[in-house]
Amino acid sequence: MNDMRLIERDSTMKDTKISARGVQVWYGDTHAIKDVSVEIADKTVTAFIGPSGCGKSTFLRCLNRMNDTIDVARVEGDIRIDGEDIYDRKVDPVQLRAKVGMVFQKPNPFPKSIYDNVAYGPKIHGLAKDRADLDGIVERALRRAALWEEVKDRLSAAGTGLSGGQQQRLCIARAVATEPEVLLMDEPCSALDPIATGQVEELIDELKENYSVVIVTHSMQQAARVSQKTAFFHLGDLVEYGETGQIFTNPQDRRTESYITGRIG
Amino acid sequence: MTDAAHSGSPPRSSILTPDARTRKRNAAEARFKYYGLTAVCLGLLALVVLLVSIAINGAGAFRQTYITLDVPLSAEVLDPEGNRNPADIARVISFGYDALIEDAMEAKMAEAGISIDGLDAGDAADIVSSEASAQVRYFVLANPEEVGTVREFDLLANGRIDAFFKGRVTMASAERDSNVSPEQLRLAEALKEDGALVQRFNWNFITNPDASDQRPEAAGLGVAILGSAYMMLIVLVLALPIGVAASIYLEEFAPKNRFTDIIEVNISNLAAVPSIVFGILGLAIFINWAGLPQSAPIVGGLVLTLMTLPTIIISTRASLKSVPPSIRAAALGVGASKMQSVFHHVLPLAAPGILTGTIIGLAQALGETAPLLLIGMVAFVREFPDAPPDGFFDPASALPVQIYNWTQRADPAFVERASGAIIVLLVFLAIMNTLAIVLRRRFERRW
Repeated sequence: MNDMRLIERDSTMKDTKISARGVQVWYGDTHAIKDVSVEIADKTVTAFIGPSGCGKSTFLRCLNRMNDTIDVARVEGDIRIDGEDIYDRKVDPVQLRAKVGMVFQKPNPFPKSIYDNVAYGPKIHGLAKDRADLDGIVERALRRAALWEEVKDRLSAAGTGLSGGQQQRLCIARAVATEPEVLLMDEPCSALDPIATGQVEELIDELKENYSVVIVTHSMQQAARVSQKTAFFHLGDLVEYGETGQIFTNPQDRRTESYITGRIG
Repeated sequence: MTDAAHSGSPPRSSILTPDARTRKRNAAEARFKYYGLTAVCLGLLALVVLLVSIAINGAGAFRQTYITLDVPLSAEVLDPEGNRNPADIARVISFGYDALIEDAMEAKMAEAGISIDGLDAGDAADIVSSEASAQVRYFVLANPEEVGTVREFDLLANGRIDAFFKGRVTMASAERDSNVSPEQLRLAEALKEDGALVQRFNWNFITNPDASDQRPEAAGLGVAILGSAYMMLIVLVLALPIGVAASIYLEEFAPKNRFTDIIEVNISNLAAVPSIVFGILGLAIFINWAGLPQSAPIVGGLVLTLMTLPTIIISTRASLKSVPPSIRAAALGVGASKMQSVFHHVLPLAAPGILTGTIIGLAQALGETAPLLLIGMVAFVREFPDAPPDGFFDPASALPVQIYNWTQRADPAFVERASGAIIVLLVFLAIMNTLAIVLRRRFERRW
């Protein structure tokens, strides 16, 4: 961990992309998220850290309304993207998810060809005018996910036949192909080896040029490496949120300090 | 005995000699393996005995005795007016053809130099099936220009003569049989020596309609196979879309509440309802209330659809459930709607399971007898149903019902035919099950 580098980072000048106020989530009777308020900046990597079951993934899934697919989940509070309330009655979650892409913990490519995996999103959203256009979108997405050179000769091969790291990058390519504005990543490296993790982290660093990236991670080193801002969750509470450098070097809360020094969690 | 009983310092023992406990456990394991092996062997033995007995009984149905005769299609008998008008020729019923066959038999015996004491011309002609005159008549009606010529026909032999060559009838039993005499059997033997009487593969068993009690030799499965095929078509067209649509709704879209719980329990219960109950339902609703015709494949198809639906729904839901949720999440994550995620990703992955379930359901429906008895498909049907869709409303039979029907008849020749029909039914079932396995192997995907 390079502390000097961490302190030099600065994201205070960026605009706010997502603003959440007083978010509460219940799974049935379980109060999973307790009154969380957070501002997520544009063109920044924001990391959510915390022990298992602290609600960081749950909160992430609120941001593109994936919790809607769980029957017992209930979300309260106010989450705005560019000032628009995403839980407004008029919002179609399908349209929202095109704008807020998601990469999951376990690589989950469709059991289709590599090309079809990437082309699926643009196809259903009508982003390509013709085949050549679609080819271009697929190539750009795969290049952005740093996968193009490895798969350009076998685009028609099955996506499930790739290695774990390649599969995860394919999923990232699939997510960026729909031109989202926000990219949510739910522990994207937990199933990957250190080399693949390094590749994905490099990728995240590049992606922040275009997107607001929110990443949930169990690895504090990873949070320190890739993010500019970090939020620490504990038992459903947002304990501390601030510059990554500050959280890791000078935490304000005892619980944060205990967690990053390995005493709880 | 528990581990606690060994508290204190355990006696030191070698792992090279098994102790009493281990020996006991190993013996129990070995015994259990033999129980299982015995059960499997008993099952296999029962299957082999069943198949062998059916094959032995039924193989004969596929071979039939034919007698080749030159039948003079005499113009005086068949076309007394002499104008070759098909309508006039049609006026001669098959009874009129009996004399021609009698003449043909007489000529044949003279030609081959066969003379049997105590056998008159009528009795000699009786070794040919009474179906033969109809056979000749159909030929003449189809080819009226042949009247006045002599044509060679392969005529069915009488069922008893056929049974004689298959060993069911002997000279001794013929003495006591009013339907066949030893003289006729001797004639048949002489004809066989001459080469005019042969046994060969009997396509008519597959293509002919059923025949009356007196002529088992002419009975075939044509109408039953066609009726069963029509019903399977109806079941497939109705049960597959309805079943799949219901399963997709229940599995992917329906909210989980008390109401859907009740539906689920009832679908499972429906799968366990005895099939004859569906027959009563079909009789009450489709025939008495809706006024659909009796004995028609449409009613049979509808009843079997009701019976097959739970099977298809249960297997479809199981295969939808087995699609990993990560695929759904991935599709939703790139902004697919619920329906797009189901139809683009989940359904194709579940398709092999759905197809397998459907084919198993169809196979079950194909072998179902009880509900068909109640809706009148047990009737004696000799007319082939028309081509679909009109044919769905014509009377027809079904394979399992035909088997049931033939086992009720007195002549042992029908027992042989019933076994033959079972073989045909089993072949169809085997083909369907093989298809199910092939489809599953072919399209199964791993992730």
